[in-house]
Amino acid sequence: MNTLTAQDIWTALDDVKDPEIPIVSLVEMGIVRDVNLSAERAVVTITPTFVGCPALIPMREAIVERVRALGVEDVRIVTRLNPPWTTEWIDDAARAKLKAFGLAPPPHHQGVIDILLIQAAACPTCGSRDTVLDNLFGPTPCRALHYCNTCRQSFERFKPM
Amino acid sequence: MILDSAAHVPEPLRSALRDFLMALADDELLLGHRNSEWTGHAPILEEDIAFSNLAQDEIGHALAWFTLAHELGAPPPDRAAFFRDAPDFRNATLVELPKDDWAFTIVRQYLFDAAEQVRYAALALSAYRPMADTVAKLRSEETYHIMHSRGWVQRLGDATEESHRRMQTALERAWPHALGLFEPVEGEALLVEAGIKAGEASLRDQWLAQVKPILEGATLSMPAGAPLHSGGRVGRHTDHLADLLNDMQMVARLEPEATW
Repeated sequence: MNTLTAQDIWTALDDVKDPEIPIVSLVEMGIVRDVNLSAERAVVTITPTFVGCPALIPMREAIVERVRALGVEDVRIVTRLNPPWTTEWIDDAARAKLKAFGLAPPPHHQGVIDILLIQAAACPTCGSRDTVLDNLFGPTPCRALHYCNTCRQSFERFKPM
Repeated sequence: MILDSAAHVPEPLRSALRDFLMALADDELLLGHRNSEWTGHAPILEEDIAFSNLAQDEIGHALAWFTLAHELGAPPPDRAAFFRDAPDFRNATLVELPKDDWAFTIVRQYLFDAAEQVRYAALALSAYRPMADTVAKLRSEETYHIMHSRGWVQRLGDATEESHRRMQTALERAWPHALGLFEPVEGEALLVEAGIKAGEASLRDQWLAQVKPILEGATLSMPAGAPLHSGGRVGRHTDHLADLLNDMQMVARLEPEATW
């Protein structure tokens, strides 16, 4: 008999992409924190990147739909805020994909996020570090705007959180 | 004693906590709405983007606080935001004032962001676990808000004669209402005694210690002898709130049963 395991759900959730960055999955982004499977139901615990992120609603729907496709009827999503989501949870494979997508990956940090950390960005196109911070805010809550003086292109970087 | 969930909070502490959460939510919701008024109208494109982001963050934070209040018996978030009238709002009057000029917007945002830094640092130690958990998340987002508004205060305070004058005028206008951020809600004593929050007087002193060197460093003079404008936390508002609500709630009230 084929028995579904929590690991099967983890694997399936790796198909669910971030709606705003459709090259990385919710698992790679560290948004899916826990999967609990019992005889009656599956409970998926997620930690949002930003509380006001509009992508949260489609993310929840996509998770429920994907787990239901495995044959589990009762799928529940639990939102956990603490510990808060941090860019340190984005794995190396996902960082490489972000860069290939043209979005500079977030810098590593030890929990201290200041202006110097934010200003020092490498251009995802040419690799130059001769860049300036244009705006702490960007087209989505998780991105800041930078400009590369070497290749003269503006670029976005995932904000360190 | 740590209170793990809404089920563990007995009356009368329960009502006091619910009212306090509504005050936090209302502050965020209304400032978020005021911020959204800059979408498409900010003086430079970067700030159009910044204030649209701030609006989204603040409204997201309002949703988080409304959700906790709802667990303690308040109306669901959408009902709370769109179907209450002005006297039911518990926000400080600072956030209901019109957006005015760019200087006022920046000064208000900075004074508010600094107050949140202090308030959230204290709430991180709250005996009400859901509150401490929520604030852990919100603080990581607020890091960017204060960096942004403080930077603008420092730049505009002594940039030109006109920017200095406008910033000083804005500061004097905002100040009495900013002090109102620290007006206690009913039930403050109960909440402080239960370890749920710090006393407002001590938060205000910490806030003053934080903003004074930044404002003075920007060559702005601290408003002397400015009166406190209180009343927001007990539902006494300026006429601006009714105007704001008329705008913000109009669509929801046209079709109360609509789903979005």
